[in-house]
Amino acid sequence: MIQVRPIYVICVREFIKFFREKSRLLGTLARPVLWLFVVGNGMNSLIKPHVGFSYLQFIFPGMIGMTILFSSIFSSISIVWDREFGFMKEMLVAPISRMSIVVGKAISGTFISVAQAVIILILTPFLGIHLTIMQFIEVVAVAVLVSFCITSLGILIAARLTSFDGFNIIMNFLVMPMLFLSGAMYPVTSMPPALRHLTQINPLTYGVDAFKHVLLRNATPPLGPEFSLSRDLFIVTAISIIMLTLAALSFRKKE
Amino acid sequence: MPIIEVQNLSKQFKTLKAVDGISFSVNEGEVFGFLGPNGAGKTTTINILCTLLSPTGGSAEIAGYDCAKNPDEVRTAIGLIFQDTTLDAGLTAYENLKFHAYLYNLDRRLTERRIDEMLGVMELQSRKHDLIKTFSGGMKRRLEIARGLLHYPRVLFLDEPTIGLDPQTRNTIWDFIDTLRKKEKITVFMTTHYMEEAENCDRIAIIDHGRIIAEGTPARLKGTMQGDIIHLVTADNEVASEEVLESFNITARRENGGLLLETERGEEFIPKLIHALSVRTLSVSLKKPTLNDVFLRLTGRTIRDEGLQNGKEITREFVRSHRRAQR
Repeated sequence: MIQVRPIYVICVREFIKFFREKSRLLGTLARPVLWLFVVGNGMNSLIKPHVGFSYLQFIFPGMIGMTILFSSIFSSISIVWDREFGFMKEMLVAPISRMSIVVGKAISGTFISVAQAVIILILTPFLGIHLTIMQFIEVVAVAVLVSFCITSLGILIAARLTSFDGFNIIMNFLVMPMLFLSGAMYPVTSMPPALRHLTQINPLTYGVDAFKHVLLRNATPPLGPEFSLSRDLFIVTAISIIMLTLAALSFRKKE
Repeated sequence: MPIIEVQNLSKQFKTLKAVDGISFSVNEGEVFGFLGPNGAGKTTTINILCTLLSPTGGSAEIAGYDCAKNPDEVRTAIGLIFQDTTLDAGLTAYENLKFHAYLYNLDRRLTERRIDEMLGVMELQSRKHDLIKTFSGGMKRRLEIARGLLHYPRVLFLDEPTIGLDPQTRNTIWDFIDTLRKKEKITVFMTTHYMEEAENCDRIAIIDHGRIIAEGTPARLKGTMQGDIIHLVTADNEVASEEVLESFNITARRENGGLLLETERGEEFIPKLIHALSVRTLSVSLKKPTLNDVFLRLTGRTIRDEGLQNGKEITREFVRSHRRAQR
């Protein structure tokens, strides 16, 4: 069902391409860096939460979430490029299972997202955020789960997208709302009930919440984590498995 | 013993019957051509044979394995070259081949040697570590053929292998395919709508509207024609057509503002023809029958080189550059 060599080579291909296309690395890193250095610092002077940490520190867990969100979606959307440029056919006619293709894409997407999250973490001293070694390890561990979850979601979408015309729709109607309704930039607890419900079905909400557990240890709602860490991790893992299974199924379907 | 055995195969898309109960078999070592205009059902048939589509009726077997029931065995036994390139432009030639070797679980010690061997035959050795985006159309095609044969398939499928290439490159590609066919002792199943290419096949099947309307060696198919073909343009084709029927008992077919007549010993027929016509003759030409004429007689249409494929290429090219610009 799941074959190791195809998964390995699918991952290697993604890594080669990721490092070869410098613009992609730069693009996904520029966004959080802009937010943290420019917006974060700008807002810092305006908003002073009375809880002992700055706005910049408040949005930091959210920015890790944002980095993972964009990177993971971008990685999985590569399936649409592959299909459009014909390379997907090379994989589809090979004697490998559809699940291997999906798992290969999910693992490579996860690795690339985690790598970008780690780069953001390395930049933290320049922001005045100091992490302990333990926190660093915990963030990476949570990043693996969240990246896997969002990549799986992206693969499910990509499996159903027939052309890249749909890409902009996905960006505007799914990815941006997911970011805004995740508590990454502002607390969501005080939102109107309709929006509150949307935040609760957003997988990124639980991812960002888990990052807040690790990075804003002493904070309490509305600025700190809202759910328990175990609940966050359970939901993220459950969503990953569901998405990945659905994605493999929609790949298997022949016309 | 046939290596491809297709029985009563059909494929129904929502309202369109793309393949309508076709049967044929291909013997080991043969070059079998599938000939037909765009939209005749060639690609649908290939997609069923290579397990990308499941048939709605009938069966297809390759090397003894059922395409619908044992897809993995079938996939290992075949190599494919599609109409549109399926190479990763962001990888090198070597990386594309290595990726393929891993997907087909080719023995690790064998892989490097086989890659070099295939690149050597295709005369791409010097471009081994170059990115595909620097390759010309003909080079990409050659690399795809190298890749399609990398895992020692028994049948090589070529879906319009020379589409979009200039005539000179087209000939080179055929020379390469021919060399490899002898070297690797494989069976070739190809589709084309270039009649000249079909002449190289051992056997061809002509497909139109999802049905096989003729099958046999190129020579035999051409033998079904009466003899020579005369293309006649007169001041009044209507009248000329009636007169030809009256004087020679030949039914003329209309084509390109003229008439087509089939007759034996055309050279001797032309003077008689002009003598018998009361309307002014504008031009007369004589040619020996080609597969094109066979097709025209069977379907009433010529296989045109439609602009569709080129349009698609242009769109792709546009999208590619657009995508690059966006990043």
